[in-house]
Formats: sequence, structure tokens, C-alpha cells
Amino acid sequence: MNMKNRMQFGFWMLFLIAFTISCDQKDSTKVVEGNAAEQAYVAPGEYDEYYAFLSGGYSGQITAYGLPSGRLLKEIPVFSQYPENGYGYSEETKPMFNTSYGFVPWDDSHHIELSQTKGEFDGRWLFVNGNNTPRIARIDLSTFETVEILEIPDVAGLHCAPFITENSEYLVSGTRFSIPIPQKDVPIDTYKENFKGLINYVSVDPEHGHMELAFQIEMPGFNYDLARNGKAVSHGWSFLTTYNSEQAHSLLEVNASQKDKDLMAIINWKKAEEYMKQGKFTERQTSYFHNLVDESTGIVESKERTLTKILDPKELPGMVYFIPVPKSPHGCDVDPTGEYIVGNGKLSADMSVYSFSKLMKAIEDENFDGDIDGIPVINYEAGLHGIVKKPGLGPLHTEFDGRGNAYTTFFISSEVVKWDVETKEILDRQPTFYSPGHLMIPGGETRKPDGKYLLAMNKITKDRYLPTGPELAHSAQLFDISGDKMKLILDFPTKGEPHYAQGIKADKVQPNAVKFYDIEANEHPYATLGEGKTKVERDGNEVHVYMTAMRSHLAPDNIEGFQVGDKVYFHVTNLEQDWDVPHGFAIQGATNAELLVMPGQTRTLVWEPKKVGVYAFYCTDFCSALHQEMSGYARVSAKGSDVPLKWGLNEELRNNQQAAHKFYDEAKASADASK
Amino acid sequence: MKKLKLPVILIALMIMYACGGGGSEQKSEQQSEQQTQKKDVPESIKQGKGIGEVKEVELTVELDEQMIKRGREIYEMKCSSCHKLTDQRVVGPGFAGVTNRRKPEWIMNMITNVDVMLVEDPEAQKLLEECLTRMPNQNVKMEDARAILEFFRNNDMDKTGKKDQAI
Repeated sequence: MNMKNRMQFGFWMLFLIAFTISCDQKDSTKVVEGNAAEQAYVAPGEYDEYYAFLSGGYSGQITAYGLPSGRLLKEIPVFSQYPENGYGYSEETKPMFNTSYGFVPWDDSHHIELSQTKGEFDGRWLFVNGNNTPRIARIDLSTFETVEILEIPDVAGLHCAPFITENSEYLVSGTRFSIPIPQKDVPIDTYKENFKGLINYVSVDPEHGHMELAFQIEMPGFNYDLARNGKAVSHGWSFLTTYNSEQAHSLLEVNASQKDKDLMAIINWKKAEEYMKQGKFTERQTSYFHNLVDESTGIVESKERTLTKILDPKELPGMVYFIPVPKSPHGCDVDPTGEYIVGNGKLSADMSVYSFSKLMKAIEDENFDGDIDGIPVINYEAGLHGIVKKPGLGPLHTEFDGRGNAYTTFFISSEVVKWDVETKEILDRQPTFYSPGHLMIPGGETRKPDGKYLLAMNKITKDRYLPTGPELAHSAQLFDISGDKMKLILDFPTKGEPHYAQGIKADKVQPNAVKFYDIEANEHPYATLGEGKTKVERDGNEVHVYMTAMRSHLAPDNIEGFQVGDKVYFHVTNLEQDWDVPHGFAIQGATNAELLVMPGQTRTLVWEPKKVGVYAFYCTDFCSALHQEMSGYARVSAKGSDVPLKWGLNEELRNNQQAAHKFYDEAKASADASK
Repeated sequence: MKKLKLPVILIALMIMYACGGGGSEQKSEQQSEQQTQKKDVPESIKQGKGIGEVKEVELTVELDEQMIKRGREIYEMKCSSCHKLTDQRVVGPGFAGVTNRRKPEWIMNMITNVDVMLVEDPEAQKLLEECLTRMPNQNVKMEDARAILEFFRNNDMDKTGKKDQAI
């Protein structure tokens, strides 16, 4: 057995042993003790103390939960179309999915980042990455709606994203897969000569949150995995783990696990800013899309951008460094003081903790062990605070409680381990069920963690819940970490595959909640601001229906004169001005989805009738005692038919605006008859 | 003086009830006692002014054109789906003659405080029983509610030849 094979054998043995251990832990009832239920109980009518935002993984979305109850509050559609409310189907929201690859209605969302001010969550926005078609989305926490998506050019698999700096100056991201830049037709085995990696800095407008690609740093062709930014003393620096410094391009699980150590990239972004100001960048033609909701209309505006600015560390000293990290690191986490950086080497039995001040000293002393592509490699020992010895198997991610303790998930040994950052001493370990990926402590990545609860998000569910066929919901487990020992208090299923999550005190978000959109501020070009303004207009084979919704009728509710082959736009304005009164709109034969229209909002659904007949439409959101009556008919005639375009509500069908006002002031229709 | 006594006793009872640590039997006795006694009706409701922020509205004989214009805008945007300007009821009652039936304070309270009006004001409750659809809170600002009132007064002159007959 050669060295390489022996190492592989050792790793698989470890994995097998760990797997056996985790399978033995089925009977977990004994770990829940005492008043656990009481601690997670939030009485009916009461609010949770925290919001927790969990990424959805392959669902492409985000879910908002209340903690400690684990109650699902909302699924926020982000990177995937959502027929439930028409997101990505309505004309207003479709442009959100525009990319340089065209309309991409799905993605893989991994890492949640809440906006920060002075190193604390400020409750304004939430950012999340799209892995497959590299994108970053922004969600407005006053509406819980996705308001912006920015594509990142010339990267592949934007896993390492979107890590935020302590005043939300930048969102830092790195390519997971290196690729030829610019893309070109080359043999895959020319990886080492042709493939590069980019680390991207997206700036965030402090007032509106708008994102912009500020610059990209061209790096060696490694896999950039995860990152954190410095805080307090280390503010102005970014730390990114890499794997595959072997530069393998096939069977990575073996070939990218050869070296004893991979690398952490350390970036001085303040220095990068200086170089940008001095104009020391090169411009490259590329293509990426920026999609942004116009607040006054609610319509997504989509723009292609074609220029990116590149910084080259070979030419620009003092901007980028490397330091070795034990085998295939995953998480890279900075403690609340900003002094300690934890490198979680997932194939290593030990964990390396780096010291920011030692790293700075090593840079000052030029204590380097050579360079890679002109990037100095800091001597491993010189930057090291110390090693956490044998804490568990497969360390992935670390968060902090603000009391000097770190909590790390161990995937292979299926546990969370609490340890002292300063002394590196292990203080407690608790099993999870099973195999946790990320963990989350509200504020756990900030300067001021709220060290009351810890949420572990598990990758394997197996026997935790009643079976639901081959596919099971992933499990999340909540621990009370206020005492010396962690205590499991709740276990709940989640949607999609949550990777990272972030939690925030409810009182930082709750007061900003928008209850409805102000109808007087609605500047949608097809808004109908009052029932008297409803109308239907034909323009060739396009028909625009200006429709209103109010408890409990749609206006107009009888429309004639559509023809087979028409493209009908239903522009539905919800005239309500009260909280929690959305109206829905669905029509038979629509091949897209329905609309949910929030109070004061206008949303548009396209309907292309294919068959002659009379088709029903109705409100889908139970809005009042007479919701079932909130419906109407659309008459479709043959192409070229002489049935005129007419519409109405409780009146003789009309075809012009005068009639509408007449209706208002003098209508003597069927209601009169009933008197 | 006699009129005042009942509320004073009630308030005293309520304070005793709220602060007292008495047993559950005692509590339920007090509860039933309270239920049998007639609830104190706010003075403004007795006066037909409804309940809400609007206590007193001063009207001028001359109508304010600016207010009528603004009132019509808000009416068309936020109210016209359910209320016509004739006496015809559709979802809600028609508006013709509304200022001859209701005091200005009642009208403005109904517009700006509908959720409370539907619980506490007997006239508003009667309308809910007739129409069966709860009037929604359309979040109309106070000055806009005043403008709507002016628009109603103007509409009443048009439709009925008189206004403000309920004052």
C-alpha cells in the first residue's frame, strides 16, 4: 500500500467508524430532559424572541422561522419560481431571473448574511447566494421580498458567498470551481495552465442596499470554499478557505485530498480599495445581469452589464497572502473580537486557530515560505494561535457565543463541540441527529453574539420523523446554550436543504414590517387606482385588462371579445389598504401560475386562450365571507370574430370610459330590481 | 349627580376585580354580575357621533372646493368599489343623503376607526348585519376623511338638494 492509498484507507475507516457510531445514536429520547418542552414553548398569541432565516439549498429559497418555537413563518421565494404567489411568473417579477444564460428559474441557495452596522445585525436586508448560476440576492426585511439579484461574472459555483463586512461595505465571494477566464474551448486536462479563480467584492449602497460589482481579484485556479471578513481589530481583511490546491480536475474526492495542507487566502480589501482608486485595475469585457425592483412600480428592471474590473495580486503587493490550513478546510470563522480565525479542516483530526495579530506580525516580518503565483505564503506556525487537539471528526463550521466559547459542528462524528477559544480546551459535546452541516447562534458571526440558543442543521434525517417515502425533510435541532452544558430542547423539520442560517432578535425586524403598500404611491404603468378606472384595451392581438380587486369582487367581472390567439394581460390592482388582505387571481387555461396581489400592489398575469368558450376566473385567497362569490367570466371567440370587446360589473357591458363614470353615479342595474 | 354614581361603582368594582387575589368562585360571581349589568355606553355613541378620534367637526355653510376635489379622488380610489353615490346599496350603502342621516363625527369615525366602530357602535353594527361584508379599514388619513365628508355634503346637495340634516 503506497502512502496515498494508505491515507485514503485511513480516511474511509474513520468515516465508517463514525457512521457506525451515529447509527447507534437512534434512541435520542434520553438526551431531552427536564423542562425542554417548556423552554421551546411559545404560547398561542405570543411571539418568538428571534427570527431565524434558513437557506433552502436546492429549493433556491429562504425560510423564516421563529425561535425558540421552530414555527415556520414564511417561505421567501428567491432563486426559484414560486407558483404559490406568482413570483417569477408575473410580468413584474419574471425579469428577476434574467442572467447571461437567459431565464434561469432555479438555483441552489446556501449562505445567509444579514446586513450589519458596526459589526452587529441591523435588521435591514438579507443576502443569499445562488450557487449554480452565480448570483447574489437581496431580500428587504420590511417586506420579506426579494428585491434585487446580481449575477457574478466569470465564476462557477458561487458557493463561497456572500460574506458581509462589518458595516455592509462589501459582500465577498469566491469561485468554487476554477474555470478558463474568459471562457474558451480548451481540453479539461489543461487545468493548470488555463483555469483561474476569481474573488469578488460587491459593494452595498448604505442607504438603499443596492449591489454593484466593485472589483474582482484574479487568483490561482483553486476551489474557494468559504469565507469570513474580519471585524473590530481585523476589519478591512477577508479570510477565505480553499481546497484542491492540488488543482485536480477529476475524482476530486481523492485527488483534491492529497496534500497535508491546503490554503487560506487572506485579503487586505482596504489595500484593494486603494489600488482601485489609483486605477491599477484592468477592465475586461464580460456579461452579467443586474435585476432590481423599482419601488414605485414594483416592477423588476433588468440590465445587462458588460464590464468588470480586475485586480492582479502578482502586480499589486500587500493585497493577498496565503497561509496553510490542515487538509481540505471548509468553514473559516472569525471570533467576536476579530482576533481569532478558525480553519475547519474537514479531513483533519485537529483544528487550526489563527491569530490576527500574529498574522500581521508575520506579514510585517516577511515570515514567508515562498509564494504561489507571486502571492506570499505566510509560515504556518508564525500565524497560528494554536491547535484544538482531536475535537471530533470532520469539523465543518464554527460560531461563537460572545462569552469566549466557540461551537463547532462535526459532520462525521455527528456532534456539536463547545470549546474555549483562548485556551482551546474542549468544554462539552452533544450528539446531533444526524451529521450537522452548519450551525447558527443568533448574531454568532458578529461582534455581539446573542448566546442563548444554537441551531444545528443536520444533513441526515433517517429515523427522526414519521417516514415520508424515500425523501425526508432535513432536521434542525435547537440547543439551549445559556448554561455550561448544551441542552437539546427542540427538533423540527425544515424545507429544502438548509445550509447556513442567521438569527436576529425579533425587535430589530418586527417594528419595520410593512403592512400594505400605499395605493397612492403605486406608479405601476398598468395600475388601476379606483374601480371607476377599470377598462379593457386591445392592441393587435394583445389585450390589456385593467382590473381591480376589493372584498368581494373583481372589476370588471364579465369580459367579452377575447379571441383565440390573443395574449391577454390581466393587470390586477388590489385596492385594499389593510393588513393581511391579499387577493388572488387565477383563470382556467393559464399555463403559468396564479397571482397573489398584496394590498395597494399591481401584478400582471399573461393568459393565452387557446379554445373558444367562456372561462371562469376567481380570487384564490380567502378574503371575506363572500370570497367564494369573488369570480367572473371571460368569453373567448374565434380568431377574427366580430364579437366586440366589452366589459362590466353588474351592468350592461360597455366598451368605453364614459360608461364607467355613468356606472358610478347613476347605475340602476340589478340591485335596484332587488329593492 | 345620580347619573355619575353607576360608572364610579363599576370602575371601583373593576379595579377590585383586576387587583384582587380572590378565589376563582369569587371571580366568576363578579364576572356574571358584570355581564348582567348594562355596559357603559360612551357618551359620543349616545350622541350619534360614533367612537374614535373625531369628537367635534366644525362645518362651514360654504363648501370647500379643494376638499371636494380631494375627497372625490380618495372616494374613487378607496371607496367606490363598494359604495355608489346614489342611494343604491351594492356591497355597502349608497352615499346619497348620508350627511342627512349621520352626524359628521360619525361619518369620519366610521372612515378612520372602522374596526372599533363595528364592535362598539350599534348603528355601525346594524349596517354590518344588513350588508354582511365587514367594511375594511382603508387607512384613510384624518385630513382625507374630512375631505371625503365635504365631498359627501356636495354629493348630498346634488342628489337630495339638502345637506347636514343630521346635525
